[in-house]
Amino acid sequence: MPEFVRTLLTKAQMAEGVAALAKNICDANQGAESLALVGIFTRGVPLATRIAAEIEKLGCTKVFVGTIDLTQYRDDLNTFQMVPKLEGSDIAFDLDGLNVVLCDEVIFTGRSVRAALEELLNFGRPQRVQLAVLVDRCGREFPVQPDFSALKVTLAAGERVAVRFEEVDGQDSCTVQTQASPR
Amino acid sequence: MTPRKDLLDIASLTDEEIAFVLDNAVPFKDLFKRSVKKVPTLKGRTMLTLFYEPSTRTRSSFEVAASRLSADVTHFDIESSSVVKGESVLDTVETLEAMRVDYIVVRHKQSGTPNLIARNTRASVINAGDGWHAHPTQALLDAFTLREIHKDLRGCRALIVGDIQHSRVARSTSLMFRRLGMNVAYLAPGSMMPREVPQEIPQFGNWRDAFDWKPDVIYLLRVQSERLDEPFFPTAAEYHKNYGLTNERVEILRERGLHLMHPGPVNRGVEITDTGMNYEKCLINQQVENGIAVRMSVLYWLRPGAVE
Repeated sequence: MPEFVRTLLTKAQMAEGVAALAKNICDANQGAESLALVGIFTRGVPLATRIAAEIEKLGCTKVFVGTIDLTQYRDDLNTFQMVPKLEGSDIAFDLDGLNVVLCDEVIFTGRSVRAALEELLNFGRPQRVQLAVLVDRCGREFPVQPDFSALKVTLAAGERVAVRFEEVDGQDSCTVQTQASPR
Repeated sequence: MTPRKDLLDIASLTDEEIAFVLDNAVPFKDLFKRSVKKVPTLKGRTMLTLFYEPSTRTRSSFEVAASRLSADVTHFDIESSSVVKGESVLDTVETLEAMRVDYIVVRHKQSGTPNLIARNTRASVINAGDGWHAHPTQALLDAFTLREIHKDLRGCRALIVGDIQHSRVARSTSLMFRRLGMNVAYLAPGSMMPREVPQEIPQFGNWRDAFDWKPDVIYLLRVQSERLDEPFFPTAAEYHKNYGLTNERVEILRERGLHLMHPGPVNRGVEITDTGMNYEKCLINQQVENGIAVRMSVLYWLRPGAVE
């Protein structure tokens, strides 16, 4: 079935969005001795790494970076035609007492964030957990809202936000894909 | 990776499936370092252990693995069940089918029983040892343990020592090692050497010749205590002297930096001494720990009700 694709953010706008997220996270965490940015696998990981780099440029605080793999937390694994390979979470620092910012490229239903919180708390007891996303789109099924977002959009049910990062996909892009209805 | 319903032996696994199970065991093992060693992957599912033969570590290893994946775990107690009144395996399976368990972990003295059960249930069946036939999760955990030491096992040499003829561990692990490109040799008394050994597997009757083959790892098999009275060797002391890992042989392992494995439980003083157990390159405890991670990986991969 053919797809219509329209750009939501250009590469430059994505970079501006990341810089804005870093600035807002710094402002909201003034006085914190250190921050931990934890990316939700897959594309939350490059987002977390880029925000961390921007925060370090701003010199506001020390930043740890970790990753969370939610595969083991999916409640729909049984419906998968293929069993996914696990990446595993990697949080190689002590979370206790830290301000943690979970990072994901898009928030939609809120289910991933709920699962990420469950996995995160298996590593320790952070002081505070915030959520940063590049794109916040409507359609929440769980009462979870981002603290920081670069772009907020309202999309129709059949539309899908696709964010690509050079580190994972070989290019930076942020588009909306709409599947054409069959005639 | 395509899901599979049952795990019955190593021979039916593809290379890709073996790699999938071994690779996914790594993140599962990472869980053990955390204070909360549990994920909700199998929440709401039930694993039942059905052991017609006694077991210490395999059964508890499966139970810990399932618990860490949040599955409910139950044990079908053969000793106090209708099996002792003469109920057949298939009648038992029918009962379990009615209970709608998702995984059945089976050990049975009769080769092929897990296959029979697998054909008659929607549950995923995992062979935890059947007769002389197979013990696939032991082979997978052995491979996983060696892979932690030698990233690429190709060309690595394993000497398997002991009652090879009657050992399902030897059968599965030997096949597994060869599938991963390792060279395997056997050291056993004539009475415990299989009649038909694949041509690529050298056979030795004494340690001197076996050491000359330059193994990287020594894999000792358990001398099954029930066989100690059978005429496979004169006495336990005689077996130890000729085929056991004596303290002098531990020294040779140390000089050459060889690793030591054993599927457990060990008969101290028969196949291994206390000194051997304390040898710094003895991997027995790692095998036990890795057994949980590998079995978690197997449970994660299998899909109850999937079409085989």
